[in-house]
Amino acid sequence: MDKINQGMRWQKMVAGSLCGLVLLILPSVIFKSQYFLYLSSLACIYMIVSCGLNITMGYAGQISLAQAGFLGIGAYTGALLGSTLGFWVTLPLGGLIAFVIGLGLGFPSLRVKTHFLAMVTIGFTVIVYLVLMNEQQWTGGPYGIFNIKKPSIGPFAFTSPAAYHIVVAVVTFILLFFAFWALNSPWGRAFKAIRENEGRAEMLGVSIRNYKLMAFAIGAGYAGVAGGLIGPLFGYIDPTMFALGFSFLFLLMVVVGGLGRFEGALLGAIIVAILPETLRFAEQYYPIIFALAAVLIMIFMPKGSVSFVDWVYKKLTGKEELQLTK
Amino acid sequence: MIEQLLIKGLSLGAIYAMIAIGFCLLWQSSRLVNFAEGEFVTIPAFLMVFFYSVLKLPFAPAIIAAIIVSAFLLGFVMKKTLVDALIARGNTPFVVTTIALGFLVRDSLTVFATPEALHFPSMIPQTPLQFGGAMFSSLDLWNIFVAAVVIVCLHLFIRKTKQGKALQAVAQNREAAGIMGIDVQKMILMAFVINAVLVAFSASLAAPIYMVKYDMGNELGLKAFYAAIIGGFNQVKGALLGGLLVGLIEIFTAAYISTQYKSGFVLIVLIAVILFKPEGILGTKEQL
Repeated sequence: MDKINQGMRWQKMVAGSLCGLVLLILPSVIFKSQYFLYLSSLACIYMIVSCGLNITMGYAGQISLAQAGFLGIGAYTGALLGSTLGFWVTLPLGGLIAFVIGLGLGFPSLRVKTHFLAMVTIGFTVIVYLVLMNEQQWTGGPYGIFNIKKPSIGPFAFTSPAAYHIVVAVVTFILLFFAFWALNSPWGRAFKAIRENEGRAEMLGVSIRNYKLMAFAIGAGYAGVAGGLIGPLFGYIDPTMFALGFSFLFLLMVVVGGLGRFEGALLGAIIVAILPETLRFAEQYYPIIFALAAVLIMIFMPKGSVSFVDWVYKKLTGKEELQLTK
Repeated sequence: MIEQLLIKGLSLGAIYAMIAIGFCLLWQSSRLVNFAEGEFVTIPAFLMVFFYSVLKLPFAPAIIAAIIVSAFLLGFVMKKTLVDALIARGNTPFVVTTIALGFLVRDSLTVFATPEALHFPSMIPQTPLQFGGAMFSSLDLWNIFVAAVVIVCLHLFIRKTKQGKALQAVAQNREAAGIMGIDVQKMILMAFVINAVLVAFSASLAAPIYMVKYDMGNELGLKAFYAAIIGGFNQVKGALLGGLLVGLIEIFTAAYISTQYKSGFVLIVLIAVILFKPEGILGTKEQL
């Protein structure tokens, strides 16, 4: 029985991943408008950040506002070293640097309470911003860095927005797949144990501090890789793209989607990327609507907007909830 | 030169300190951290401009009206809506909600009021003063004076009145205070109202210096938060010390090290405090 179940699980997982990959790449095929392609790529980049931050926040319960800083580190790594080392090296390198810095930042701050970590991470984002702004000889200061090229493999360059979206989609898929796999492994289940009951998890032999540190560093690494994708997407970067406000936005993204739910964070990322487009009629009221929605969701829908999806799913199939990670 | 910087730093620090004390009172009574504290300064500042420049009230009544309205909005309404809805779920949902609330306030002010910086006059005429070799503005002394009066009044209220003592009891041990017959919810409400009055006072001091703008609270809220952590989150005197320290560090860094990194240096001190004395300079360890 177990074997059959396991076989089923494998089939389901492979089928699910293929569906996911196709869905992620689909915009490259169906959208002709550059703007829609840009939105799709942005949604993918947000999904990476959101997925990583969800591990930090949703699973390990740490409030991190360092995400914009890590994004900046990844983006500037790509922009400064991209011409010599190439995109395919700098992309993982940016993630790795962010991961290591995340370890360094998380190690001391995890000793203290949650809102202190929030404060340290705010400080970190501000410091990164100040360095990017003021160290003109390296970062170009407030003018940023221009002419960031899109990547290529051999003779084939992913220069068109549709081609570049495929790159973004594949990177997104790999990272989401890894996160999904990790969260379903015994290692990931320890996260859930910590989230449900920290004291009990510790008694059962889970090293809380190491897990939280890992969760924080993974969130950082994901943001670093996402940053590496931003430069080629826009063609330029400047410090204002990594200001503190974006850290707050990323945090709200996860919360609006559904904290601690794999699919929730992705939903939140898509909402944040696409909402400005769908709310175009509202024009300047869009940020107000978004912030108000976030407040209302926090009060009335503590599990995030993904619980609405659950509700629809339950109405349609009669099953409890659509939960990807058990 | 040093005296001059000292006075400037203390004057800036006095503004931070009042906001930081508000933070502390909220934390002590409700165990909540308000991430919209900066916007709580922006709102009374806009109210002042509204009463003074739009409704054309005389100067003093405009400030008093702004303080009363902000005590109602940021104290009473805030407690009855967001706090009551979220307090049972602990600090993290409240932090996230107040972050969203901060966005809401900033964006609403940009759209419905103005994205531009507004002028608001200071309470006393601004004249340059000379004392020994030091040159400073009368505003600097006035800031220190107002903050001192407000903080001393608050101190007397907490130490001498029955209500204040009840607030202290709640801060020390919420459950025990509740068992002893203190209305904990009322004390939390009181802390929110006091916080609203404190931020309104600091807004009246900050408005002439920073100009009234939708994002004026960003810096102020952050600095006050740093101040509360550096000084000690669970001690009012800690927040006071922290506020003054942050003001001094900022002014001295700008003068001697680098203007661009003046906020960076405060952060280094903040991180050092969190690493070596997480409860803050004057704070006491607490079990949570």
